[in-house]
Amino acid sequence: MFPSLPHTEEDLRAMLAAVGAAGLEDLFADVPPELRLRQPLAIPSSRSEAEVYRRLSALAAANRTDAVCFLGGGSYDHLIPATVGAVLGRSEFYTAYTPYQAEISQGVLQAIFEYQSLICALTGLEVSNASLYDGATAACEAASLALNSVRRSRKVLYARTLHPHTRRVLATHFSGLEVELEEVACRDGVMDRDDLHRRLGAGTAALIVQSPNFLGYLEDLTGLAEEVHAAGALLVQCADPLSLGALRSPGDWGADVAAGDAQPCGLPSYFGGPTVGYLAARQAYLHRLPGRIAGQSVDRDGRRAFVLTLQAREQHIKRERATSNICSNQALAALAVAVYLASVGRQGLAEAARQSAAKAHYLAERLGRETRARPLAARPFFLEFPLELPGPAAPVLKDMEEQGFFAGLPLERLAPELAPDGAEAGRVILVAVTEKRTREELDRYVQAMKRILK
Amino acid sequence: MVTPKELKYARTHEWVRVEGELAFVGITDYAQESLGDIVYVEPPEAGQTVKQGEEVATIESVKAASPIYAPVSGQVERLNPLLEKTPELINQKPYEAFLFVVRLSSPPAGLLDAAAYESHVEQEKAAH
Repeated sequence: MFPSLPHTEEDLRAMLAAVGAAGLEDLFADVPPELRLRQPLAIPSSRSEAEVYRRLSALAAANRTDAVCFLGGGSYDHLIPATVGAVLGRSEFYTAYTPYQAEISQGVLQAIFEYQSLICALTGLEVSNASLYDGATAACEAASLALNSVRRSRKVLYARTLHPHTRRVLATHFSGLEVELEEVACRDGVMDRDDLHRRLGAGTAALIVQSPNFLGYLEDLTGLAEEVHAAGALLVQCADPLSLGALRSPGDWGADVAAGDAQPCGLPSYFGGPTVGYLAARQAYLHRLPGRIAGQSVDRDGRRAFVLTLQAREQHIKRERATSNICSNQALAALAVAVYLASVGRQGLAEAARQSAAKAHYLAERLGRETRARPLAARPFFLEFPLELPGPAAPVLKDMEEQGFFAGLPLERLAPELAPDGAEAGRVILVAVTEKRTREELDRYVQAMKRILK
Repeated sequence: MVTPKELKYARTHEWVRVEGELAFVGITDYAQESLGDIVYVEPPEAGQTVKQGEEVATIESVKAASPIYAPVSGQVERLNPLLEKTPELINQKPYEAFLFVVRLSSPPAGLLDAAAYESHVEQEKAAH
């Protein structure tokens, strides 16, 4: 296969001559000799096209694609309609980088506008930005928005039941800044409201709560917004957007900001991403929203047109006064979300959410009745629940994999501190069930678990 | 550049109109002209105590975001409600579109009259 060959020898000679350099050594004369690489780069030499195909096929074959997936933990195996791939595959979208001369890219701006409108409809909030990198950065930006909105605030509270990765990114994001991050304790798998009550007070910018939370449980959000607002703080809710097809929206709960990962709506559960973060807020915080916002307008002939309405927080506008260093968005992934939501529609989304929940509850119920595993499902959950095994999780997961199942995520690896109901973290797995799972797959899962735990 | 004689000015380009114990605060014609189209005003909080020289608000234009400094000391009595929806009033009528009103805690001091402000602006222009 050809190595990358951006310039021919002739190109090089012409360019060197143009700048008056005798040769490459002469061109790099200003780079101190001790900084120059004296040996070839330590990478394999080039291979033929056939060899590369062979190598990549071998790597691809190492993936296990036949197993039935019950993995979740923030990334879910939902059905993705073919329309998503078809639209994303259009080169006008997938080759485009961020529109610097924004208004010339009407298609991209319209796609962003549609995405924003759909996110607003889902979250029950008035304004959405054009998207962020992922759910964790969205939570960080929500916290920054709150810190900048609530005067004299320095403290951000978050529930321990947040996704552990979000908690870690929050810690990284605010390290070195004069911001106090405080974790609200978890009791029986959900946020401890008494602990919250103790920690809320003057100087608190926000409470960040995730529902459905990392264990899959629904947090009780009743009266939460009132309590948080009484302390002068904002309520930030992180929610799986697909769950909002069936559950009350953050806006309806009184949240000021909704933030989260939109992977469940149209993006595959690849290893590590890419995903996309969504961020929506009440109108009052429009000017505090980081990133950019596309808007609908009319051109000089009165025709519908799209514009980059606001990028109020970005550094080229705010310079040293910028409150966020987000200067981009996740346009292609956001487009996937927009196409997904437009394809399934309000009914389809509700159906996906309800089916996922119904199948998850069916599986939990049968596992509890017919196997030695104990679903920790005493409180409301959406499509994911912790399952306590009679012994260490690792060997059971391995046996299940041999039976053709990715049976769940070991809690110990991600968040041992969240093990609910006195369970030992090493014995708990998180089991996620989406609308894609069939009755037959669920029944086989139960049978396999029964055999393995005999 | 319009510089009404009856107003007082800060070197940071705010104007002040004193009415008894109240001081109306806005930005000068020169300031709005330099900023360009104003798209958003982030005002102080009503009731907030402000000290002369302290940064209390931000004006965002299509070009940049600029801090606004309190030209007098006291407590913010009220804001200009029109600016929330129509910040462009500052461009159109800079001396009517006040940003906020301060209940003075002490008489204004260290402000310039119109002539002194105009020569201050000329000096700033020359320095650039």
